[in-house]
Amino acid sequence: MSTSATAHHDAHHDEHHDTGRNTTLGFWIYLMTDCILFSCFFATYAVLFMNTAGGVSGKDIFDLDLIAGGTAALLLSSITFGFAMISAYKKNKGGTLLWLAVTFVFGAAFIAIELYEFNHLIHAGHGPSTSAFLTAFFSLVGLHGLHVTAGLLWITVMFIDVAKRGLQDRTVTRLGCLSLFWHFLDVIWICVFSFVYLMGAM
Amino acid sequence: MNLLGKLSWDAIPHDPIVLVTLAVVAVGGAALFVFMTLAKKWGWLWREWLTSVDHKRLGIMYIILALVMLVRGFADAIMMRTQLAVATNGSEGYLPPHHYDQIFTAHGVIMIIFMAMPFMIGLMNIIVPLQIGARDVAFPFLNNLSFWLAVSGALLVNISLGLGEFAMTGWVAYPPLSGLEFSPGTGVDYYIWALQISGIGTTLTGVNFLITVLKMRTPGMKLMDMPIFTWTCTWANVLIVASFPILTAALAMLTLDRYLDFHFFTNDLGGNSMMYINLFWAWGHPEVYILVLPAFGMFSEIVSTFSGKRLFGHKSMIYASGVISLLGFIVWLHHFFTMGSSANVNAFFGIMTMIIAIPTGVKLFNWLFTMYKGRIRMEVPMYWVIGFMITFSIGGMTGVLLAIPGADYVLHNSLFLIAHFHNTIIGGAVFGYLAGFAFWFPKAMGFHLDPKLGKVSFWCWFIGFFLAFMPLYVLGFMGMTRRLNHTDNPDWNVWLYIAAVGAFVIAIGIGAFVLQLILGFKNKDKNLDKTGDPWNGHTLEWSLASPPQFYNFAKLPQVEDLDAFTDMKEKGTAYQRHASYEPIHMPSNTNAGPIMGLLATAMGFALIWHIWWLAGASFIGLIVAFICRAYASNTDYYVQPDEVARIENAHLDNVAKG
Repeated sequence: MSTSATAHHDAHHDEHHDTGRNTTLGFWIYLMTDCILFSCFFATYAVLFMNTAGGVSGKDIFDLDLIAGGTAALLLSSITFGFAMISAYKKNKGGTLLWLAVTFVFGAAFIAIELYEFNHLIHAGHGPSTSAFLTAFFSLVGLHGLHVTAGLLWITVMFIDVAKRGLQDRTVTRLGCLSLFWHFLDVIWICVFSFVYLMGAM
Repeated sequence: MNLLGKLSWDAIPHDPIVLVTLAVVAVGGAALFVFMTLAKKWGWLWREWLTSVDHKRLGIMYIILALVMLVRGFADAIMMRTQLAVATNGSEGYLPPHHYDQIFTAHGVIMIIFMAMPFMIGLMNIIVPLQIGARDVAFPFLNNLSFWLAVSGALLVNISLGLGEFAMTGWVAYPPLSGLEFSPGTGVDYYIWALQISGIGTTLTGVNFLITVLKMRTPGMKLMDMPIFTWTCTWANVLIVASFPILTAALAMLTLDRYLDFHFFTNDLGGNSMMYINLFWAWGHPEVYILVLPAFGMFSEIVSTFSGKRLFGHKSMIYASGVISLLGFIVWLHHFFTMGSSANVNAFFGIMTMIIAIPTGVKLFNWLFTMYKGRIRMEVPMYWVIGFMITFSIGGMTGVLLAIPGADYVLHNSLFLIAHFHNTIIGGAVFGYLAGFAFWFPKAMGFHLDPKLGKVSFWCWFIGFFLAFMPLYVLGFMGMTRRLNHTDNPDWNVWLYIAAVGAFVIAIGIGAFVLQLILGFKNKDKNLDKTGDPWNGHTLEWSLASPPQFYNFAKLPQVEDLDAFTDMKEKGTAYQRHASYEPIHMPSNTNAGPIMGLLATAMGFALIWHIWWLAGASFIGLIVAFICRAYASNTDYYVQPDEVARIENAHLDNVAKG
């Protein structure tokens, strides 16, 4: 409930549906469901990663230099999204748009590197149909990639929104949700990078 | 490229039973269509109901969906029971395995996902916002969308009756049987997409109602002051949010195996089918508590209302539900003790399972202590409560028995198990929903149903249940396994006959229920509930008119006691006339929900039949529709004070007349 509604205590018509705090908390709980979704794919990867069916294992195929590049792009994009949020809270439209664009570029770079990696593996004969290990690997990393792609679409929509309508309360709330989403994907990626790539390449 | 994917004329089944069913559905559908057109009701239906974001209307639509699917699922059940009664002594009966296997799969899926879930969510929709003094749920549009995703899944299951086939895997769809190699048809795909689409809707419902109870309680109501039904629903929503993503993941992996030749669960190339079974039950076990906890809440409200007493141990009820929710997540392995994990692992899961009997026992004693020295009114809802206490206790005890790994090795996949889970799901959840239905029907619809027919329905369900399922315990001990198409053991026959009779007695119970509804609507004007408080209720929903004002509360109530409305009645603050009202902010109805539901159905159907262009188009359509809705401008309006005053005064005049 907004403070203005408590102020004149019987007048609850200010109690809007979809108030910003409800939306943010709701989105946060949604993110926790997403976290469980990822945890299922992590668990499945843990069960299946040794089942290489006589084929390649992580050690043979992970290119850590390439992945370090993608990781850097994604981590930087989280920082730049932070700058976008700071600009948004200051009602600085130009800054918000600029940092959203930079975030988009870093996110797109991450996806491009992932697509390159997938394409390279499939052409080398290590596609997801080759073994349970590769199935689990492609699914876990691909699930994260799908989320980032959805995030890129969302950034585009928010970019247009900010450009056309400026930084209304609703828009800032939505930017806040997108920010949660984007940072969440970063956290997930840190887990993917550590458990899949680093431990796999050791 | 074939524009229709795998779809062709061969997809229509040639089985006479299916054809007759389709003909009946077609005739019924045509009659309904003609009636609606002649009565010019389509516009009304669309504007007032299908696009509604009112939680009470959505709740009613959920329950209609549940009742329709109950009839469908029960038709499957009675076909199975008659088949097994006929197909003895080596006779093959009238249902060939190909058809019979689809029926037992559809029965399970429909009863759990499309009967019990919508029934529970429907009652939760109608009552929870009213009990916490809220005007709506936190995200009304999302609520409408969740409903349409549930309908979408139900539609897909029913389309499978006339186009293609349904899964022949049992409702759990274990691989490798459900993999492409052993189930090459469309059946498992129908299963996957029906569950996936409706499951996402359920997840959204869970998020929505959690925010509703966390953020939208009326002033003065602390979390621990929430009525017990709201609390048990809240625990169920915690479970939904924590478990449904696991189902989403398991189904997604099965999808990848079937569509893109992945190897999660296949026999070859390192796949591990036990991983599916673990994931499935890591969702599936919490799922049964999602079904039964709200039913426990309904029993609690009913016991306290009809005993004329405050619920015994409100706090302990909340904690007991919490403990059940928590334990619900660490018992999943008891569904497959025979997997071959070590004795210690099995012992852990067995003991955890048995421990659940403790918080459940707490609840049972709380209900008994609530009734102790109460002035009990034996209305229809109370019949269901007493029936539940007896039935569920038996189901609970056989559950503890099955929790012993050693015993489970003997009884696994036998009819003893079938008897056990029907004992808990019918005796616990379904009896609960029917009790809740009888209890809140006057509130939701504004008129009473005939109590005599209600009692007939109860007795038929109750007796029919014991006739139908107690023999299955015996048959389980005699070694009969589940999912048999026909049998050849003379010792089993008599028990199979009794079970079939039981199914027909339940059929009479359902018939009485339907008759009760038909007569109820016919004689509605004679049985109006004018005061809104027919049972002398304890909680806030009874302070409103029946059916409640569309904005629920003209002024948000100030709550000072657990039984908020009883407290107001005792202090004389109930039914206050206010001199003036403020405008009330309300969400507008939206086309986006039904449109997105339709697109989701089209997408599911296209994916099942490999119609890739349609799948792609409807997926893009879904995203575009969602973005359009997110930026729609006329999503809300204000109800003006004079209209509020008019509606409130009409209600208060009715109350004054009694």
